[in-house]
Amino acid sequence: MALRSTDILTQTPQGLYCPLGDFHIDPVRPVKRALITHGHSDHARSGHRSVLATRETLRIMAVRYSEGFAGAAQEAPLGESIRIKDVTVRFTPAGHVLGSAQISIEAGGTRVVVSGDYKRAADPTCLPYELVPCDVFITEATFGLPVFRHPDTRDEVRKLLDSVHLFPERTHIVGAYALGKAQRVMALLREEGYDKPIYLHGAMERLTELYKSEGIPLGETPKVAASERSKLAGAIVICPPSSIQDLWSRRFPDPVTCFASGWMRVRARARQKGVELPLVISDHSDWDDLCRTIVETGAGEVWVTHGQEDALVHWCATQGIKARPLHMLGYGDEGDAEETSDTAPEGGHA
Amino acid sequence: MNRFAALLDRLAYEPRRNAKLRLLVDYFSHTPDPDRGYALAALTNSLMFKEAKPGLIRGLVEERTDPVLFRMSYHYVGDLAETTALIWPHPSASEEGAAPGPGHNNPPLHVPTISEVVEALATTGKSELPARVAGWLDALDEIGRWALLKLITRELRVGVSARLAKTAVAQLGGVEADEVELIWHGLEPPYEPLFAWVEGRAPKPETNNPAPFRPPMLSHPLEEEDFEKLDPSDFWGEWKWDGIRLQAAAGKGSDGRLVRRIYSRTGEDVSGAFPDLVEALDFEGAIDGELLIVRDGRVQSFNVLQQRLNRKAVTAKLMTEFPAHLRVYDILVEGYEDLRHLPFSERRQRLEALVERLDDPRIDLSPLVEFSSWDVLASARSDPAAIGAGPDADAIEGCMIKRADSPYLPGRPKGYWYKWKRDPYLVDAVMMYGQRGHGKRSSYYSDYTFGVWRDGSDGEELVPVGKAYHGFTDEELLQLDRYVRNHTVNRFGPVREVEYGKDRGLVLEVAFEGLQRSSRHKSGVAMRFPRINRIRWDKPAAEADRIETLEKILERGEKEIHPLDGRIVTDRETEGETS
Repeated sequence: MALRSTDILTQTPQGLYCPLGDFHIDPVRPVKRALITHGHSDHARSGHRSVLATRETLRIMAVRYSEGFAGAAQEAPLGESIRIKDVTVRFTPAGHVLGSAQISIEAGGTRVVVSGDYKRAADPTCLPYELVPCDVFITEATFGLPVFRHPDTRDEVRKLLDSVHLFPERTHIVGAYALGKAQRVMALLREEGYDKPIYLHGAMERLTELYKSEGIPLGETPKVAASERSKLAGAIVICPPSSIQDLWSRRFPDPVTCFASGWMRVRARARQKGVELPLVISDHSDWDDLCRTIVETGAGEVWVTHGQEDALVHWCATQGIKARPLHMLGYGDEGDAEETSDTAPEGGHA
Repeated sequence: MNRFAALLDRLAYEPRRNAKLRLLVDYFSHTPDPDRGYALAALTNSLMFKEAKPGLIRGLVEERTDPVLFRMSYHYVGDLAETTALIWPHPSASEEGAAPGPGHNNPPLHVPTISEVVEALATTGKSELPARVAGWLDALDEIGRWALLKLITRELRVGVSARLAKTAVAQLGGVEADEVELIWHGLEPPYEPLFAWVEGRAPKPETNNPAPFRPPMLSHPLEEEDFEKLDPSDFWGEWKWDGIRLQAAAGKGSDGRLVRRIYSRTGEDVSGAFPDLVEALDFEGAIDGELLIVRDGRVQSFNVLQQRLNRKAVTAKLMTEFPAHLRVYDILVEGYEDLRHLPFSERRQRLEALVERLDDPRIDLSPLVEFSSWDVLASARSDPAAIGAGPDADAIEGCMIKRADSPYLPGRPKGYWYKWKRDPYLVDAVMMYGQRGHGKRSSYYSDYTFGVWRDGSDGEELVPVGKAYHGFTDEELLQLDRYVRNHTVNRFGPVREVEYGKDRGLVLEVAFEGLQRSSRHKSGVAMRFPRINRIRWDKPAAEADRIETLEKILERGEKEIHPLDGRIVTDRETEGETS
């Protein structure tokens, strides 16, 4: 007898829960057993009794929350089947950030895939997304409107380099989320042949070191010393989004405010943040890729966790795919992370 | 189109004038003819085609998208052209009826150049236009589509004035912007001879424009210490009219017909808006003066003038109700004789003679204000009605003083012309919101919304009456920025709401030039040129002014005003600093 999908996965106040395996995925509150898709702080929280995640995600959590981020931590090797009670789980690359994985759960011939956040576009800092055919696909919809189609990242980075060339007496300050986006921007700059030091805000340092230690070449990335700020004309500096409008950025010579995010596609968003050079670089799937992925998984049923759920659910209906929004709270926040201080953790990470 | 799109994209986000200039120069130096010329034409609003209407764009995009998804997207993005640019489906997608997969092997579409777009727009009939536009949208990317839609709707809005674009062309070859200005109106898109000249590849283009624009002479504000240095007997006084500075030029074309034009102070040809005045330009030469509305021999306030300026269509009714009038104060050219090197006193005689010859009620002379000492001028300034201005006093915003021997020089030369404005209105208001500024101020809360008291349903409440972002020193900016950060109660994107109430809040003394009714503002009033005059750290918020104070100022200024439609000439701040 085939199982109902809700026997395999259901929604609880803590987040997605697998009754047959007795575990949560990316729970927003402390639980007994948590499977974590990736290291962004809205998905990977501290205080669970035990955590199962990829080796890189475990390392990221340890950097963020210290070694004791969970009672016990177990590594999930990519592609390997792991038996948990009555289900079999498997972690597969999601292409979102270093260590990010989709989690598939199988029982009684039914397969449910929780994608976490994912993207199909190339990213030199993490493994590419791998398609996992399934019966039920749990997708995000951060950029779930057809106005979001991410451009080629190379063009965006060239836009930045052109500006550096045109304004050599100014500092280009690039706001980018500390995990993933910042390192991707560095790697993309290197791919375009930029070989000068890329200066980092202190909040970027440890995660960038972690990326480097995983064998991702990012070149010379010194931390900006406070006394040095006024001397960085012509340099590229990467900082958390909250710092681009903060006191911190004032000391640089006539800074050009840049922001690397999928939200930069919408002008009003860029203007609200006082951005002068928006760089449309996203670690999420754009609309076309969300739609394409849903079709390619062959799923007969789609659940939409967070973002612009309604549009994607509507689109599924027009394609004859059963879909429902989960309206999950606590994930993303549409990238509207309000500035608090220099050391604010990244909330949304679009 | 892609280079032009990238330029517009950068300009739209760039708040600094000098950086905009740099972007423009970079574009002009790296873009071939005729593309750069058409771009220049677009930026100076010199292109001659009928703009596409929003309805056309909406029609095209609705044909190609799911209505529910379009509505959601439009709601999210908030701008039709931008939503269309972003949502426009890839041409292969609409054929497959699904999201585009990889590996479609349609040949790449031809991306149009700006020249192709402009040339096609000039020749495409109304019925063929939608298909043409759709074809371009298919071939362009998001930013290209956005720029195309701005171009064809003639709504660039990237914060570049015609003057700035011309300055960029001048910089390209190290010539003066005024030199470009002088020959500008004899040139046409795509301006190849202009570029050839500034790049040193060809001689200066001959101007065969019988009525060209000539850069106007501007004045400096009179400072306290100037009174010591300046000798009143060297100067002549005039009223400073609260109108719009215009230059009227006329001359015979090669066919012998008189060409008549009216230019704004930035060199835009605004003849189309004032056919009644153009008709009166029955002379050869160029004169400088103020546009006013005169009814029954009486000059109306700026509020009345604005009602004429705000109308798109110039109807006979509008011209009867708001008769345009030119009050002249200088002459630059008479016949073929350039008078600009002559002293002001001599030009004035020539001007008086010309006005007498014209004998047209629509053009008259701005009278001289007699004064023997600065004190006499000061009393004239504070009460123009008593010193000969009579009922026109409402349209006077101060005095001008001009050296009797001053030549007419382009730009703002020092030492010749001064403006001595009427004292501004002052009001004590309470800070309600702070907003982050732009450019160098992008990390400072430098734009302040302030309010005054009025009776609300639950007792007295503050109602916002304006927003100011200058008037304070750099040191005061730091203090205000700190105040906003330390007293935030709410955040809305870049805006912070600060504490305010009867017993707390910061009082700002706001100076402004005038008031008008506005349906867009909750308080029903809009301020002209508001700025922070003083920070009243000492004053309790409860003692700030009430809305009635503003109502009184308003009533004084609109004794015979028709109801306003609420719109404001937004460039008044810069345009208004005329003489």
